[in-house]
Amino acid sequence: MKQFFRRRATLWMLIGFCLLLGLFLGLRTGLFFTGKNIVNILEANSFKLLLAIGMTFIIASGGIDLSVGSVLSLSAIFTAITLKQGVPVWVGISVGLLSGVLMGLINGCLIHFTGINAFIITLGTSFLYRGLALIVTRGTPVSKMPAAFRTFGCGDILHIESGVYMALAALLIAFPLLYKMRWGHYITTLGGNPQALRRCGVKTGMWRISTYAVMGFLAALAGIIITSRLNSAEPNAGLNMEMDAITAVIMGGTPLHGGSASLAGTAVAVLLLGTIRNGLTLMSVSSYYQQFITGAILLCAVVTAELRERRRRLH
Amino acid sequence: MPNTIISVSGLCKSFGPITALRDVTLSVQEGQTTAIVGDNGSGKSTLIKLLSGNLAPDAGSITVEDREYPRLSIAQALQMGIRTVYQDLSLDDCKNSYENIFLGHEWMRGPFLDRRRMKREAAALLGRLEITIPDLTEPVRVLSGGQRQGLAIARAMLQPGQLLLLDEPTAAMGIRESHQTMQLLRRLRAEGHTLLIVSHDIYQVFDIADRIFVMRAGRCIADIIAADSSPEELHRLILERERGAVE
Repeated sequence: MKQFFRRRATLWMLIGFCLLLGLFLGLRTGLFFTGKNIVNILEANSFKLLLAIGMTFIIASGGIDLSVGSVLSLSAIFTAITLKQGVPVWVGISVGLLSGVLMGLINGCLIHFTGINAFIITLGTSFLYRGLALIVTRGTPVSKMPAAFRTFGCGDILHIESGVYMALAALLIAFPLLYKMRWGHYITTLGGNPQALRRCGVKTGMWRISTYAVMGFLAALAGIIITSRLNSAEPNAGLNMEMDAITAVIMGGTPLHGGSASLAGTAVAVLLLGTIRNGLTLMSVSSYYQQFITGAILLCAVVTAELRERRRRLH
Repeated sequence: MPNTIISVSGLCKSFGPITALRDVTLSVQEGQTTAIVGDNGSGKSTLIKLLSGNLAPDAGSITVEDREYPRLSIAQALQMGIRTVYQDLSLDDCKNSYENIFLGHEWMRGPFLDRRRMKREAAALLGRLEITIPDLTEPVRVLSGGQRQGLAIARAMLQPGQLLLLDEPTAAMGIRESHQTMQLLRRLRAEGHTLLIVSHDIYQVFDIADRIFVMRAGRCIADIIAADSSPEELHRLILERERGAVE
């Protein structure tokens, strides 16, 4: 029992902090614990959870993906443009998801076959995909989506948008994928010791590339949900969202150098970051401060994670 | 005369301007323990990497089961029963003992990992090899050097193999851990396993090896039957050669 709590110390700390924050905001604003506000937090963070799940996979595999926001934007634009041709909704969504997977595959292949650091490759593709989104749209949003498409991402099920259910479904699928199946076992080994995996006769390329493809798929799904909610695909959508995802993953207890992952920690961290933003809004704090506070949280999370890792190595 | 398990002929390997191996020819006999000794940079580890499929030779060939290969891939080497315990052990510190043992050969139950079976079989394997690891579910980073070495050897022994390559099995180990590892290797030898050991420690090599190849500057300079020689003679041989090179 003691070991159970010790191994999940970060997760319990996050849950505790989340509850304390909720209690504080409830007492301070009086609006926090309303059903509408809770649903609002869930809806505002559903697509962030999708990105954070993908980023957990990427970071656990020892990589990083800075192109997430751009993949989100470009795949949303592909979806919107396809839908504008009058094709059925499922075709438009499939085109968007496939384009996300393709962009992820490009990232993964470039990282694996060139051996160049993922940070540099995805920084490059981030500009590439964003540039393409601007070129295709000439900088203007693609709006007025079919009504059927709007229900895909923000259709009402029990007074909660369908995007929330999609994010929860992705989380439920991610758990066995990461902890119970070969895919998760190998991608975390890629982060822990890729050479060990290779020397055991496992071809690492397929597993590494697939991680980026999954990230691309989740980013595209997030882009489609946002487009559906806004009724518009914007070339500047998803700006800096990779940073939110990285912050949640590191805060959640996944080590920055990979090797292991805490999916539950990531989910709680997304909720915590969402709660902080919501609380700041409820307390009428300027959005400038919100950026500042998110930055401070990222720094604290990274420093704490590094100190925790050093202490673990010492012991 | 025992069968030849693996032999190499005229192996050469260079890394840019540095020649790591020059025309190396040697063979390993079934059921024997063969050692490769030499100073740092003599090409011992490069040779192990060529035999295990981690590197491709520039020239020469590797013969396994009477079939000649210009190079081996890791998968090919594993398929032919060539198991390697690397100097760095190639363990994933974040994974636990049984996950490391079964890495690449996981038991599955449908699409899911069969952890219960892996744990049970890992415990049986470690028990058979007399390797003591108290908790198989702890990450391997908490294990001692001797336990980690034992784990790497257990992983190599998991699948049926015909040759076990060990690159510096006792390097950077304390006296007790080194003793434990040597005991394990003696047991494997007594069971009739074919071992090829790369080592710096000449006394240790004499303790376990039947045949010793001496390497220097990428060349195999001597082939010695351990029973007909002594550590002092081997020392003298290496030192004379080195002195000769300096002169």
